[in-house]
Amino acid sequence: MSAPSKETPKPVEQHRADVGHIGKSVVIRGELTGNEDLYLDGEVEGNINLRDHKLVIGPNGKIKANITARDVVIHGRVEGNVNTSERVELKRACTLIGDVATQRIAIEDGAFFKGAIDVKEPKEARPEVRKPVASAPVVSPASSVANSGPSLSAGAGSQGSFLEPK
Amino acid sequence: MSSGHNFMRWFRGAAHPSAKPSEKATAAPRTTRRCIGLGEFMKDLRGSESRKLCVLDLGPTSPANITFLTDRHMRVYNEDILRCAKEPAVLTRQNDGLERIDLDKFFAENLAYPDGHFDAILCWDAADYLPEELVKPVVEKLHALLKPQGTLLAFFHTKDAGPDSPYCHYHIVQPDTLELEEGPGFRLQRIFNNRHIENLFRDFASRKFFLGRDNIREVIIVR
Repeated sequence: MSAPSKETPKPVEQHRADVGHIGKSVVIRGELTGNEDLYLDGEVEGNINLRDHKLVIGPNGKIKANITARDVVIHGRVEGNVNTSERVELKRACTLIGDVATQRIAIEDGAFFKGAIDVKEPKEARPEVRKPVASAPVVSPASSVANSGPSLSAGAGSQGSFLEPK
Repeated sequence: MSSGHNFMRWFRGAAHPSAKPSEKATAAPRTTRRCIGLGEFMKDLRGSESRKLCVLDLGPTSPANITFLTDRHMRVYNEDILRCAKEPAVLTRQNDGLERIDLDKFFAENLAYPDGHFDAILCWDAADYLPEELVKPVVEKLHALLKPQGTLLAFFHTKDAGPDSPYCHYHIVQPDTLELEEGPGFRLQRIFNNRHIENLFRDFASRKFFLGRDNIREVIIVR
């Protein structure tokens, strides 16, 4: 008999040494900018700008901010617009209320999204080059949306009012 | 023995109790359904890189729908209107102690777009499940949000299956094929007949009906 699988999401990126980490007890109000990848499990109100880096919002993350980054992965809750040069991932049980502009988006079943999704075309097709502090955006071969999630994700009331002319 | 076993499935549900509990917890079974209405709906819906069509999906967030529509150069808007109607923020307590939806609060939080913003709207079967006080105002709002000649796809149940009538999420897999996934939380509120639908959408220019074998009436409505 196999052991039951755990339901909690696994923020695998958080333990990498080159990733900044903001814990769940931290509350930030204002502008958050950086030049490195960031794992954010706290609360932020304001704006987040990581330009060419990756932002992972942990399951305890509560963000009320517009986000600009290269990649954004959301496990927690975000209210605000998300603008990435490459990829957005909405994980199971996350909430995103806001508009998304990105080249690629992956949404797991169970994610809640309210807003608009605009999939941008790559600006130019050229080989992928990444620098530590890159100024040139990395271009992916094609814009696409992927489902990375598991699998694929009374009595009749009164209706007379619909018969009446207005 | 075998027939008795199958007979008992009607009483305890289709899934055998010993069948893979982990799978049951994470993924609802899906059934595939041909959808002529969707095929008709998609016929005239062609976006391009230079001109992206705006499509509003009123169902629960569906990765399949977003994939399908964005691959066809559409800008996809998603509002799970049924879930939003249950949010405590849009409810107010009445004098009789009952909670009802405050329309001003509801429309401040939901469907807040400029008039004539959308080329098409996927309404699915939301009208069958919406609270009574929301049905007419939502249809009027959708009329305002659609562009002239814009299209709306709606489904209506033709038969009341009672409280067990399953609420389904609709996932587009092909231009004329849907996958239905049973979802929790909503009960069928009413059954519309053709005349009800004609009246409800009387402000629209035209309505075209397709009757499916599974007691679902598909309607293409043009503003």
